[in-house]
Amino acid sequence: MNPVKIISGIAAPFTRINVDTDAIIPSREIKAVSKKGLAEGLFSEWRYTSMNDRTPNDEFILNREPFNRSVILLTGDNFGCGSSREHAVWALQEWGIQAVIGTTFGSIFYGNCIRNGLLPIKIPSDNLQRLIDFIEKDPESNQILIDLETLSINFGSSEIIFEFDKKYQASLLEGLDEIQQTLKLNDEISSFEEKHLVQYPWL
Amino acid sequence: MADTLFDKIWNNHTISDLGDGNDLIYIDRIFLHERTGSVALKSLEEKGISVRNSKQVFATIDHIVDTLPGRGDETMMPSGSQFIESFRESVSREKINFFDLNTSRQGIVHVVSPEQGIALPGITYICPDSHTCSLGALGALAWGVGSSECEHALATNTLIKKKPKSMLISINGIPKDGVTAKDIILHLISKHGANGANGYAIEFQGETIDRMSIESRLTLCNMAVEFGAMTGIISPDKKTIDYVSGKAFAPKKEDQKLAEEYWESLKSDDGAYFSEVIEIDASKLNTYVTWGTSPQHAIEIKEKIPAIDQANSSKENESIEKALDYMGLRENNAIKGTKIDAAFIGSCTNSRLSDLRVAASILKGKKIAPGIKAICVPGSSKVKKEAESEGIDKIFKSAGFEWRESGCSMCFFAGGESFGEDERVISTTNRNFENRQGKKTRTHLASPATVAASAIKGEITAFHPKEKQT
Repeated sequence: MNPVKIISGIAAPFTRINVDTDAIIPSREIKAVSKKGLAEGLFSEWRYTSMNDRTPNDEFILNREPFNRSVILLTGDNFGCGSSREHAVWALQEWGIQAVIGTTFGSIFYGNCIRNGLLPIKIPSDNLQRLIDFIEKDPESNQILIDLETLSINFGSSEIIFEFDKKYQASLLEGLDEIQQTLKLNDEISSFEEKHLVQYPWL
Repeated sequence: MADTLFDKIWNNHTISDLGDGNDLIYIDRIFLHERTGSVALKSLEEKGISVRNSKQVFATIDHIVDTLPGRGDETMMPSGSQFIESFRESVSREKINFFDLNTSRQGIVHVVSPEQGIALPGITYICPDSHTCSLGALGALAWGVGSSECEHALATNTLIKKKPKSMLISINGIPKDGVTAKDIILHLISKHGANGANGYAIEFQGETIDRMSIESRLTLCNMAVEFGAMTGIISPDKKTIDYVSGKAFAPKKEDQKLAEEYWESLKSDDGAYFSEVIEIDASKLNTYVTWGTSPQHAIEIKEKIPAIDQANSSKENESIEKALDYMGLRENNAIKGTKIDAAFIGSCTNSRLSDLRVAASILKGKKIAPGIKAICVPGSSKVKKEAESEGIDKIFKSAGFEWRESGCSMCFFAGGESFGEDERVISTTNRNFENRQGKKTRTHLASPATVAASAIKGEITAFHPKEKQT
């Protein structure tokens, strides 16, 4: 995983509530046993007026200038609820989204973001509204800068500090591979396992 | 210290406190399906990492495979066979316990798992599928993960996880005839919202739960994720032990006593702390159906569709307006009597033998309304076989239902088979999201009894037990 430190650029307010992972990447857009080739299917039911020839829906925010160049998505409550498909994260990333900022996220989706370096930031709704107000004044110029090291969102002359799990912060900043890290603990795992299987021999 | 049921299982599986708020948790069993399991196994292979202990890993085919009689690896979903073949190759390479197509143990993961004794009380259990929380019904600490976390568990038998907050949902009172676990969970989500339990693990307790069958508990816990929870869990009792005993992958006779001693200890202590408590009087509830595009858009069948401007926030009002537009419904109208085009009985929520029996008892000697497309997809090959031995298939077929092979089927549209545009489906599934069951298909979630009664009438209606006698 590539390290994540600074993310800055155009942010798209897409604050519909309960946007589920079926909407982010419909099941039928997952066409191969692969983490790639998913950007075209991102939000496909909303992004296109015709699925057959993929005619863009001009009303959909990510099809409009300057939001078609967004790197940050501002999301509504419970974004990413529903199915566990990690393809939702892979599709957002492949399209160009590097961070999602919202009040709450579906919990599996949140974990999937962390493990792929798509930065998920939770902030209260009043702060989310401040960001939306700022962007709406001038979406092209009013860009947002996120610094994962200082846990801050900078916009204009203002700043919002957000909370973030220390472990996740460190792994994202360093781009650590969680599996490789845990494999180093194999002796500890094996010794736990030995006792565990004596205690629960049916497993 | 007084611990919750969740604490006890968590503590029994904590290898170490990683010192940053996260614990290293041992994972006992992992179940995979061809949709998300295939990508996890392939990705591990590409990294040159093998499955740490394949004996603890189980796999079946349910998500993409067709459910029409005579099915094989070729699917109506374009490229579906690629998933099936890649998955089969991976599970064979890793020597994973595999319940392939056209074998007796195949079926929907969350239906197969309890019936084969794979999910057990007191174990940690994951599957890269959000409805894994179903298995909390047996007292397992079971939750859905993404592919990357699944890879981590396959490679290390562990997950790194922060303990969630605890929520107690205490359900008491005897439900009225015809009011089921599905109605209770829809009530809960409609009242507290689809993210009402975000950040929580739920424990269900109370008289209603004690009286509930294991299969109904599976339905209840299945939709914990639609409530935003990490999982739902129920303390194992005598019913659980009886249910689990003798299943293929359950403890063998020589370990049974030891296992039972452990299982009997799996209860929240008196005075255990829950960060949140919700109480429900189940005797006051009626049958529920969804009207919109989120499981929180549910009302009693006798109620009216809500008004657009009645929600707490403008965002919610906007969501109601969008949902009504998608569903082709009007605010303040009755939901009862809404004409339907199709009825679906299936999915990990409601496709077990008891669900099919309830539906069959209503359909017996009746015909579904003219023009209704009605499909029943048993949850597993075992459920199908048992239902057939009871003659349930004949009842469904003579009422006008299709009788299918087991799988997830039209719970979601994978690109192959679907319900049509603007078609209104009453469905025993778990998600009424936009386009979930087909492009522009309108889904109404309900219990098997409601779906059967509605299929007969051709419109949304509650099942009234007295109709059964006439």
